[in-house]
Amino acid sequence: MPFTDHRLDNPPASAPVDLPALWTDFAPELKADLVLWSDIVPAGSHWSRRLRRGTSLRIVALEDGANFSMVMYAAADKLERYNMPDSLKAQHTAHYTRGHVLMSDMGRAMASITQDTLGWHDPLGALLDQATLESKYPAQRYATHRNAMARDGKASLLIEIGKHGLLPRDLIAPVNFFSKVGVDDEGRFRFASGHAQAGAMVELRFEMDVLIAYSTAPHALDPSPVYAARKVGLAAWRSGPAPADDYCRSFRPENARAIANTDLYYL
Amino acid sequence: MTTAAAIRMQESALDPKHAVHDHTIAAGEPYLVAIEKGQTLRLVDLEGNQAIDALFYSRDQVGERYSATQTMLSQGGIYLTTDSVLMSNEGRTMLTIVADTCGRHDTLGGACASESNQVRYALGKKYMHSCRDNFLLALQRADIGLGKRDLAPNVNFFMNVPVTPDGGLKFEDGVSAAGKYVELRAEMALWLLISNCPQLNNPCNGYNPTAAQVLVWD
Repeated sequence: MPFTDHRLDNPPASAPVDLPALWTDFAPELKADLVLWSDIVPAGSHWSRRLRRGTSLRIVALEDGANFSMVMYAAADKLERYNMPDSLKAQHTAHYTRGHVLMSDMGRAMASITQDTLGWHDPLGALLDQATLESKYPAQRYATHRNAMARDGKASLLIEIGKHGLLPRDLIAPVNFFSKVGVDDEGRFRFASGHAQAGAMVELRFEMDVLIAYSTAPHALDPSPVYAARKVGLAAWRSGPAPADDYCRSFRPENARAIANTDLYYL
Repeated sequence: MTTAAAIRMQESALDPKHAVHDHTIAAGEPYLVAIEKGQTLRLVDLEGNQAIDALFYSRDQVGERYSATQTMLSQGGIYLTTDSVLMSNEGRTMLTIVADTCGRHDTLGGACASESNQVRYALGKKYMHSCRDNFLLALQRADIGLGKRDLAPNVNFFMNVPVTPDGGLKFEDGVSAAGKYVELRAEMALWLLISNCPQLNNPCNGYNPTAAQVLVWD
């Protein structure tokens, strides 16, 4: 997919720092004085960032069929990390939506889902890997496709966590925002094609200082015969940590305890 | 492509008299044992309703381990049963389930931890015993280059954790019983790390954790 957003061209020398307010296009209801930064992650790309407690990240599908795979580690101790089974069993869920909390292996809330227009984000489907990429799609390598090459999500996240000293063994099960994978009576996965439409939005409030790494490669179970990666908009803003009367705290008693554990960590 | 099934029963012809290794894990305790490529491993729920939390590691490549997500993706579903192939985080075959008289095992529910018990039940539950404490103790004692970063989502043998059509996760009772077993053929040289689950806050062990047996045949 060619890269067409000319706002991201090289900037003029007179204004060399190119941080355009991209969020005004895809998250215009945010308050300008609270927005910290925004970005557009091109289709099939990857990046990583530190985000502080009390920051919220709005994630917006900019095209139909987006997938945003994200892993998360505590910034202060990367051995503390998002734990898929701990989060799922504490909330008796196999999908994420508003009210759910992404918990670490240390029993702390790392991030809470404070807004969601979609109702289902996938915690089970892991990542597209190189073998699946090569067996599933026509070759789309750098030599012929340049920046529109096809990269698998696992390679992307290995690059990103590697920037922070983490090894393949540290790669955890991600959350695949905007993707839906149901499970039938036989226990078989059922990927919901066309789940996310352009404009779908989910927002995370970080309850602790975290390192996140993310990829916009297609979901591993996406049956599309072509590499159909989609771009995603990000806007970080200063929300403050969970208030006492927070929806996610009261969503389940487990969530109240997980957020309280993080509050204790920051006393 | 999809090979996953809800349940597949298969008895084994192997005779425990010919096992080269026979160990009973007392209730609530950890166990670490080396398994050679080609050996067959049997886990027995001796008294019924006992979750056996297990992780597998390559002995040839540090950092290669059982991957719940890779295993589910490659079979296209969540339950482990006869013919399920347990995959590593490097996409290689680690073990194959060759017999199963229970018929269904879980790999979504993870291992209980003192920290997750706090979240699930009450902050004051943190001093109760847990599988992740067991895993860590066994790895610390063995000092084989594995630690907390290697405690990835595991297999819960003899546990039944269905996903509902609306995306809920249920902890259901009742597929295992006294004497039920599962058998796996090792496709590479492995460490088998077990916690014979000490959880007392939910019915995963019938509120009465009991012993489990490990048998190995060449």
